[in-house]
Amino acid sequence: MKKALLVFAVPAAVLTALLLAYAFYQAMWVAPMERTMGEVQRIFYYHVPSAWTAFLLFFVNLVASVTYLIRRNTRADAVALVSAEVGVVFCTVVLVTGPIWARPVWGIWWTWDIRLTTTLVLWLIYVSYLMLRRFSDGAQTPKLAAVLAIFGALDVPLVYFSIWFFRTQHPQPVIGGGGSIDPRMLHVLLINWLAFSCLALLVGWSRYRLEIMQRDLEEELALESLLGDGGLPPASAGASSRTGSLLNRTSSRMGPG
Amino acid sequence: MTSVKFLYAAYIATWVIHGTYIGSLVRRYSRLRRRREELDRGK
Repeated sequence: MKKALLVFAVPAAVLTALLLAYAFYQAMWVAPMERTMGEVQRIFYYHVPSAWTAFLLFFVNLVASVTYLIRRNTRADAVALVSAEVGVVFCTVVLVTGPIWARPVWGIWWTWDIRLTTTLVLWLIYVSYLMLRRFSDGAQTPKLAAVLAIFGALDVPLVYFSIWFFRTQHPQPVIGGGGSIDPRMLHVLLINWLAFSCLALLVGWSRYRLEIMQRDLEEELALESLLGDGGLPPASAGASSRTGSLLNRTSSRMGPG
Repeated sequence: MTSVKFLYAAYIATWVIHGTYIGSLVRRYSRLRRRREELDRGK
């Protein structure tokens, strides 16, 4: 872990911090000011890249969940959990920065517009996914969570294409869908997306390492309890279902007696 | 609030959310390391 931290995490963290600082500078001072909205339009450089990053993470969650259902690969299960958690963080940023932009531009914080509502539903689905992972420690939890993740992912295209197919109050897409954007603004938008994607990758990698360490520790504790005093360990908060399956495997190997 | 204040509020909120999450990861990592050390001491 220490070697991986030095080789990957430290340089990656420094590079990501530099990139985020550069992206912030570009968003605040280099991007041209939008004529009708003024300065508040610059929220767009945090709001839109956060939304794209959240969609990307939910897509990773979908792929990892399907992989887990097909191959029962515990690493894929860990990737699914981590991508959902980091995705929820980015989706929270979208849901917070959106109303802050809407208040001066629309005059209201929130409206039950299709884009806003489907985004809130998306957030709620993945929060319920995380609650399922957090509070249920049965051996079936990863399977149930993977199925829930597939349903959650169905909402992503609905969120994305809602402004293409329905009349909404939300601004039209700036890329594709007939929209247009100043090339300098597009440049700043893409730099910010790259910076936030790097942040998501770095945070996701750290969270993945933490999850693997936690699962290894739970396994070790479960084995120690079984082999030590012959009793089962108390179910700790957040104990992975992998421990449950390990206990089942160990119990069956030890036999009924 | 002027429009610039909304801009600052959005940027600050973004970093508060990310900072809170990263802080929670650091706390979870410290807790895990303590548990690992306790386990190693018990061996």
